[in-house]
This record gives sequence, C-alpha cells and structure tokens, in this order.
Amino acid sequence: MTIEPRALETRAETELTEAWYKERDALPGNEAVAGRRKAAFDAFRQTGLPHRRVEEWKYSDLRNRLKSIAPFAARRDEAGAKSVLAGLDNVYGDVDRHRLVIVDGHFHAGLSDMAALAADGALARPLAEALAEAGEALMDLPAIATKDAAVGLNAIFCADGLELVVPAGVTLSKPVEIVHALGQDAASTAGRVVIRAGEGAEAIVLETFLGGTEGTFSNTLTDIRAADGAKLTVARLQAEAAGTTHVGTAVVTLGAKTAVKVIGAGIGSGFARHQAFVAFTGEHARADLLGITMVRKGQHVDQTLVIDHAVPNCDSRELFKTVVDDGAKGIFQGKIIVRPHAQKTDGQMMTQSLLLSEDAEMALKPELEIFADDVQCAHGATSGEIDEDLLFYLRARGIPEKEARTLLVLAFLAEAVEEIGEEVIVEAFEARIRAWLDQAA
Amino acid sequence: MLEIKNLHARIADDGTEILRGIDLVVKPGEVHAIMGPNGSGKSTLSYILAGKTDYEVTEGDILYNGESLLELSPDERAAAGLFLAFQYPIEIPGVATMTFLKTALNAQRKARGEGELSTPDFMKRVKDKAAKLQITMDMLKRPLNVGFSGGEKKRSEILQMALLEPSLCVLDETDSGLDIDALKVVSDGVNALRSPERAFVVITHYQRLLDHIVPDVVHVLSKGRIVKTGDKDLALELEKNGYADFVDAAA
Ligand SMILES: Nc1ncnc2c1ncn2[C@@H]1O[C@H](COP(=O)(O)OP(=O)(O)O)[C@@H](O)[C@H]1O
Ligand SMILES: [Mg+2]
Repeated sequence: MTIEPRALETRAETELTEAWYKERDALPGNEAVAGRRKAAFDAFRQTGLPHRRVEEWKYSDLRNRLKSIAPFAARRDEAGAKSVLAGLDNVYGDVDRHRLVIVDGHFHAGLSDMAALAADGALARPLAEALAEAGEALMDLPAIATKDAAVGLNAIFCADGLELVVPAGVTLSKPVEIVHALGQDAASTAGRVVIRAGEGAEAIVLETFLGGTEGTFSNTLTDIRAADGAKLTVARLQAEAAGTTHVGTAVVTLGAKTAVKVIGAGIGSGFARHQAFVAFTGEHARADLLGITMVRKGQHVDQTLVIDHAVPNCDSRELFKTVVDDGAKGIFQGKIIVRPHAQKTDGQMMTQSLLLSEDAEMALKPELEIFADDVQCAHGATSGEIDEDLLFYLRARGIPEKEARTLLVLAFLAEAVEEIGEEVIVEAFEARIRAWLDQAA
Repeated sequence: MLEIKNLHARIADDGTEILRGIDLVVKPGEVHAIMGPNGSGKSTLSYILAGKTDYEVTEGDILYNGESLLELSPDERAAAGLFLAFQYPIEIPGVATMTFLKTALNAQRKARGEGELSTPDFMKRVKDKAAKLQITMDMLKRPLNVGFSGGEKKRSEILQMALLEPSLCVLDETDSGLDIDALKVVSDGVNALRSPERAFVVITHYQRLLDHIVPDVVHVLSKGRIVKTGDKDLALELEKNGYADFVDAAA
C-alpha cells in the first residue's frame, strides 16, 4: 500500500521521513518488528507530527515546537557514555541501588550494575537484543496508547533501551535506577524501556531523565507490565537541560490484584510532554499516579493521562500538582474512561495548580468518560495564587517574604509528596523541589 | 516603647477611612487594654501595627523605640520585637507546626544577627513552653493550626509568643472563644511573660480577660478614635453600662 504524503510537510517532518529511510535497515528487531515500524511510519506519513488541531495534543503543538530534527544519536563507546554520565547530576546520591545506564537512548551494560541486579533476582538486557529475539510482542501496547503520535514515533525510531524483567515471586532488595542520560550535542533519541514484573513480583524503579541541550529531542517510552499480584513503584524524574524537547510516555498495564504507583516530576526541559496511558486488564487492581510539575521562564510542561478502567473492581487515584512561575505554561489533561462492564470502578482524579506570577499560565482539562452505572468517579481541578493572608501570617512571625513563599509552595506540594510513600524518592524529589525554589530570584 | 501619633488609616482597596486620629503611648512594662464595640477598628489597628498592606496610613506615625515602623516590612517588625496574636489564627495545611516555629525563630535570630538554634535546644524550648500551655506534642506534629479547636488556636498563638520573646505583644481578642479553664491557661501564659521590659496591648471585647491580665491603662475605641482613657475600673464600668455612653459621646 502506498500512502500519499500530506500536501504540506514541515521541515521537521521531511527530516523525520529522511531519517527513516536512512536508519531503517540498521534499526534492530526481527521481521515482525520491522513490519511494526513500517506501519507506524506509514501512519506518521499520513498524520505528521501532532499539532494543536489534534485534540490530545491541542495544548502542546509538537509540530510547531520542532522546527528541525537533529539526527538520531549513534551509540557512543563506553568512554564516551561514561563522560556524558559524569557531567550530570547523581540524583540518588549514595542510595544503595542497582543502576542501569542508558545514554542517548542506548543501553550501556558495561556501565550498569548487571551482576548485582542478577544476584538480586532480576534481569536486564539491551532492548535491541530483546527485539531481535522476542520480537513484536515487546512492542505490543494497550489500545489507548497505540494511536498516539509520540508512541508511534518511538516505535519507528527506537534503536535501543532496555528490558528489565523481575521474575514471578521475586522481591528486589534494592531499587533499580534507570538513568536516561542525554549528551551535550543536539541529537534525537527514541529509547524504550520495557519493565516486566512477573506474578507477585515487587520492585521500585527510579527513572531519571537528565542532560541534553538546545535542539535535543528525546522521545522515550517506558512500558510497564505488571502481571497478576505484582507491586511496582516507578518514580520518573524529568530534569533535562533547559532547551530540550522531551516527550516521555509511560504505558502501564495492570493485571489482576496489582498495585502500581507512578510518580512523575517534571522540573526540567524547555518543552516537555509527559504522558501516561494506564490500562486495567485484571480485576482488583489499583493504580496511583502522582505528578509534580514546576515550570518557569518560557518552559512548557504538559502532563497528560488516560486511565482505562476496562475491567470491573479496580481503583485509580490521580493527584497532580503544578507550580507555574513567570512566563511559563503548565498543562494538565486527564481522562478516566470506564468501560460499560467495568462496574465498581473507583476513580478519583485531582489536579491543582499554583500560579506564582501574573504571566503564569495553566491549562486544565479533566475528563470522565463513564459508560458503567455502578461506579464511583470524580475529578476536581483548582488553580490559584499564593494566599496573601497566609503569607502575612508567616511574615508577621518574622519569616522573610522569599522564605515564606517557599514554605507555601512546599505546603502546596506537600500532599503529593506525602503520597509518594518511599523515603528514598521523597528525599530526592524534595531536594529537586528545594533547588528549584532556591533558583527563584 | 510604642508611640502612636494622630494615626489615620483607610482600606487600601476602597479608601474607606477606619482609623481617624489615634494617639497612644505605651511604656515598657505596661499593659494597655483597648476595648470597644465590634467594628470600631481594633483589629485594623493591630494589623496596621503588624504591617498588613490591606491598609494605608494617610496621616500620623507609629514610633517603636523612637523609630517609625511604617517603612518596615512585617517580618522586619517581628524581628524588631513586635508580636501580634491574631484574632483569627490562620490554618496553613502542609506546613508542620514544628517546622514553622523553627523557621520563624531562626529567621528572627538571623535578622538580629544571632546564631541559629540547634535542633535539640529548639526542641527543649518548645517542649517546656508547650507543656505550660497544655499543648500536646501531637498538636505540634500537625500542620499549623489545622484541625485545632478555637481554644487550641489561641493557645498556639501564645506558644509562638512565648517562644519568640517579643518586647511588644499585641493580643487581638485572645479571649474570644475560650471557656473559663482555657482563659486561665492563656492568661497565665501571658502573665508569665510580663516583665519590666515588655509591654502588652490587649484588645478585648469583654472585661472578663482583664480580671486575669490586669491592665495599667484602659482605652475605649469607637469609630476609629480613642474616646476615653482610664484605669482598670473603666473596664468594670463598661461591663456594667455598655459602650453606649462613649459611642454617643464620640458621635
Ligand atoms: N480589609 C478590610 N476590607 C473591608 N472592610 C474592612 C477591612 N478591615 C476592616 N474593615 C472594616 O473596618 C471596620 C473595623 O473593623 P475591625 O478593625 O475588624 O473592627 P473590630 O476589630 O474593632 O471589630 C469594620 O467596619 C470592618 O468591616
Ligand atoms: Mg476585631
């Protein structure tokens, strides 16, 4: 089948097309994977980059943002990868953990704690290798995610990443950190991580997204699959350099009686879209999604969620807090879908934003699409400024204005921070939040 | 210590004049009571002393230890030794009471060029003072004033005052919402702080509080002016006859 390209193509779209022809033969995966990539490319040729007339992307016009696409990053040698890593923050400091390193979308086993991870009972391998062997099953995603433009672009260009398997019954003794490091030269990346937790497995995963520069386009996908009874906490901290364009997709598939908590913090990048697609496939499961976003000075950070209650008796909780300062824009879009037979669904979504200056902007779009009748679902959205009476009270006790404002921003975020529930994550996130507040002039 | 001279003030938003020429001199060690009907401007006066920007001073001045307070920010006034116990203490969810107390105390110490208090020293001070005010550790673990009863909020204000050791304490209707027992605890807390160097301005609606915190001077405020000044017997007289005489006299 040949598909006519759209009449008007942007430069970036042309570059993506050219990149496909240039890279396709070298991209990893068996025949079936290649077929998936081709199908995704054909879809891209029809739709192009997502833009403001695409409902799901209306607040984050990626086509307008991406004037040009930097070439896709080649794999660095180990020394090169190491030096990229050395130039970036060590977010979790000396927390005892298994560290897995991805640089510019390519996994570096040589820089990762492979032996310790294996001894703890889990396995990691390069995604390129997994795609060649396990093939297209690794690219399967729930229906709510497959049509998304960024997910499609990742499927086309994904060159590597990793597969992390926590086998059935295994509880990891330490958290696994997955570092998504970006180099200092503008490049495009499409790394993918597949986390497979077997039945009854338990793990904490810490994903950190760091580095990059003006012109970097990172389009990552993390595919989290929890088999029946598994328990996962995944903390995603996006603190990329100011000029990057970051699209980070988390796809979560929950089996029966699972509990998955995804905590996202968007503090860096120039233009970031964090999206989560959550699909319940077994009953009596619970998903918790927490978001903390802090933006200022021309930053644009989008949090988009789709929660699909496709089976009965599942709970979901979404709490998203956004702090927006001068000249920045925050976006929250959240949709809870309850399918006709998904009775006894309990879904609660709350989003709150705090605007710290007059030219701070926040767009809120919470939605419920409920097709079952015996459900409990609610959403709430608020947007406000610092309460002057609270500020006065603190200052009347001798706390200077800047410090008082910091206290009130922390107070605004406190509820979400408390919900994190893992001390290691709380400490790292709080340190980031405070660093952000300290930067305020 | 405090000298208020011909103070006129209005609401910044709409220009409504609230204070219409207040004169008041408070010396170290003294306790002044300000009484008056609802809406006479008592809280407004206390807010202006503390530096709230909802009000604009249009005439007159407030001198504190000889220097004008008007140019100072609320936190500078606090660090200089001024304390306002709020009529309606504010709940601040997400700010732990302990964190708040420590931040406030250390901010004031820093502003005065004193060193920060170590955590153990700080904890000890809080525990001692809280116990005297019958404030439990459990209350201190909660977010500031959140879920506190009316009486607990007032005791929490006095705890802050005891901890910050101000030299001029302004108490705005600290007695309202207190039962007899709580009134006793709060008054004992205030009396424990009385010293020759420290002065109090006690705003109240009722004479009751002044049985416990005995004032040196009593002022009656009406329609933004002090219409009568006397000794503690004036409070008793007001209790018996109401404000009507003075309010009419002012009109
Ligand atoms: N910020 C404000 N905005 C509007 N009106 C106010 C404000 N503050 C005080 N007032 C008005 O000023 C008058 C005096 O109020 P207040 O000082 O609270 O009196 P009191 O404490 O003596 O009861 C009242 O009529 C009150 O409604
Ligand atoms: Mg009042």
